[in-house]
Amino acid sequence: MIAIGENMSSEKLKIAFYWAASCGGCEIAVLDVNEKILDVVAKADIVFWPVAIDIKYKDVEAMPDKSIDACFFNGAIRTSENEHMAKLLRQKSKILIAFGSCACDGCVKGLANLWDKNTVFERAYRETPSTQNPDYVTPQTSFKVQEGELELPEFYDTVKTLPQTVDVDYTISGCPPPIPYILKMFEGLLTGNLPPKGSSFLPNKSICDECPREKKDRKLSAIKRIYEIDDDFKTCFWDLGVICMGPATRAGCGAQCPNVNIPCTGCDGPGPRVVDQGAAAISALASIATDPEVVNQAVDPIGTFYKYSLANSILRRKVRKK
Amino acid sequence: MKEIVIDPVTRLEGHGKITIYLNDAGNVENAYFQVPELRGFERFCEGRRAEDLPIITTRICGVCPVAHHMAGAKALDAAFNVAPTETAKKLRELEYVCYYIYDHILHFYFLGGPDFVVGPDAPPAKRNILGVIEKVGLDIAKEVIKHRAYGQKITGIIGGRPTHPVSACIPGGIAKALSEEERQEIEKMVRSCVEFGKFSLKLFHDVVLKNVDYVNLIKSDPYNLQTYYMGTVDQNNKVNFYDGDIRVVDPTGTEFVKFAPHEYLDVIREHVEPWTYVKLPYLKKIGWKGLTTGPDSGIYRVGPLGRLNAAEGMATPLAQEEYEFMYKTLGGKPVHATLAFHWARLIELMYATERALELITDKAITSKDIKNKPGNPGEGVGIVEAARGTLIHHYQLDANALAKKVNLVVATTHNAPGICMSIKNAAKGLIHNGEVNQGLLNMVEMAFRAYDPCFACATHFAIGEMPLEAKIFDNEKRLVKTIRR
Repeated sequence: MIAIGENMSSEKLKIAFYWAASCGGCEIAVLDVNEKILDVVAKADIVFWPVAIDIKYKDVEAMPDKSIDACFFNGAIRTSENEHMAKLLRQKSKILIAFGSCACDGCVKGLANLWDKNTVFERAYRETPSTQNPDYVTPQTSFKVQEGELELPEFYDTVKTLPQTVDVDYTISGCPPPIPYILKMFEGLLTGNLPPKGSSFLPNKSICDECPREKKDRKLSAIKRIYEIDDDFKTCFWDLGVICMGPATRAGCGAQCPNVNIPCTGCDGPGPRVVDQGAAAISALASIATDPEVVNQAVDPIGTFYKYSLANSILRRKVRKK
Repeated sequence: MKEIVIDPVTRLEGHGKITIYLNDAGNVENAYFQVPELRGFERFCEGRRAEDLPIITTRICGVCPVAHHMAGAKALDAAFNVAPTETAKKLRELEYVCYYIYDHILHFYFLGGPDFVVGPDAPPAKRNILGVIEKVGLDIAKEVIKHRAYGQKITGIIGGRPTHPVSACIPGGIAKALSEEERQEIEKMVRSCVEFGKFSLKLFHDVVLKNVDYVNLIKSDPYNLQTYYMGTVDQNNKVNFYDGDIRVVDPTGTEFVKFAPHEYLDVIREHVEPWTYVKLPYLKKIGWKGLTTGPDSGIYRVGPLGRLNAAEGMATPLAQEEYEFMYKTLGGKPVHATLAFHWARLIELMYATERALELITDKAITSKDIKNKPGNPGEGVGIVEAARGTLIHHYQLDANALAKKVNLVVATTHNAPGICMSIKNAAKGLIHNGEVNQGLLNMVEMAFRAYDPCFACATHFAIGEMPLEAKIFDNEKRLVKTIRR
């Protein structure tokens, strides 16, 4: 792959990968494409990929505007550095793709929007029982040590998605995005056969369309937890009384979790025509509940229905006291 | 005073930064290793459903999600006061050792391999996975890729997904049994992995140990750090990745403490510095004495070498044989040589494959008895050995089985103080009288990546070389020199 960066020809497509606040799982998904990545790099030059290629921020800054044909951006916007890179890569790229749940929907780290910087710091650096910090020292964006000054990026109060930060052309959600659709996306880019701006590269169906479990009468009289049920390994989780995010979630993964007897938790993000993934799931629940009281049995509604999409929902974050 | 910023690694840009200060004589005054990111899992896990915790916390790391999933599963077992069935425990452990197979293969061949297989003195253009392929041949490279993929495939079969698995989020069990068909498929892959483990040890012997210069490099001062060590052991004090008590030995190798997971707060504390987002753990009884080594400093190391030092051996025959050979070669226990992490990693790879074979040929592995009934929710600690070291999840649940409080002490965090000191040591060993050269970059890089630090783990999959850049500033902060490769 080294030669690719060095052997840039003008006819080849120039592509870039970047990661902001993320776990590294999206990078692995790209590399799990395995030998097929070679087909991609035969037709495209990777001009920026922090995992693989020795190109620094300042090299990206020096690139002409719109000189990158397509940039795959994973990770949420959590710090000042994440925001800076999002804006820089938007400026340098013709096509910007929000890659993975963090960039598209904020993913689980968006749940931190129920708090703010100070309360997150308090937990991490003071309250946790293994932490010994009587003077409540916290990391500083700039700190003078004996020998000089050390700097850190600023930690924001709110997690934002990539589309909330800059204009985005396409999305491919999932935690991580499913491999077959990553390949389909690469193919579309290489052949120029692209969907309309704003499209998702995942299919326009819901997880239920991929799930092998059988739907029964769907009358929900009591909500149960996954560890409380007597699973027959074939009946729809809703029929067993367990909340499943399948109906509100976009397809693509092949219903991997239901295939090992765990309900969908929604990582592929809002399904087609769904504006708010959590609201869609709550509405699914309300439509099959035999009594309005049943809905109230759903504990931790935010974490259950908005696990991956709070930052990208109509709720976005908890209101801060002035 | 001069300042050298090693803005390491393209991969680490934004995820790790090293700054070295030189004094007026041009010798190393101090070195700082900064982690510039925080996501706040310990806060936003509060209020979540218990069964979601082993799923949410996998998102701490996409490279070792299986470790977080299992630490979470075990914390839930403890919190619900239920032990998994025999089969569930074996399936979880099988998934777990197969995660070690792919993770250790990748680190050794893609990341650590270039240092030894190609050689620390080889030109930078060769010190990468392509250089390794050139040296060992394309056929062997294909074997590397094949066996890494086997490890991932097996974790996917049992866990539901290779990245961010889900099937063990049920206290007291696992959600899916293994079919006989799947068992046979896995056994075939595991048998092949055992052979690959043996091959990897032989490669290490032929390429590294037969080269006196390499062995001397491993033993050399800049790569030595006298610290305490921590790792999980079974009843016989043998290394165990999935379950057991946690044993700590002092810098002479004597047992300092052995504790059960729920006792971790009696042993570990974390210190906070204002210049990094990562906390710095230490042994509570000894206390935080700054970034210093020796028996009077509470700093300890974890991960492959930490585990081998903290244990009395390996539980499988081929791994045990190599364990004895390593200590004989490097002058007895404990080994303080940071570069021996690589050798320890291969011994663990051997163990992981042998243990996987024991488990997959165990009659109980395909039993349908995969769940025990959970008790009432309470408090629980789950500890596993992540590939990079001891991983602690501590959950307090309310009566509705929602998380009241969550505490996490993550593998690479334990090694953060050691990494900082290893970088300083390597820099001190090389920089004299203000002379900084290409060698510094290699030396610092090798000290750092022996730990396989998690924020650098994606380099596993790339070209295996950490591109480095050192900027040297004069005392008025003017850039006087940039070294790159």
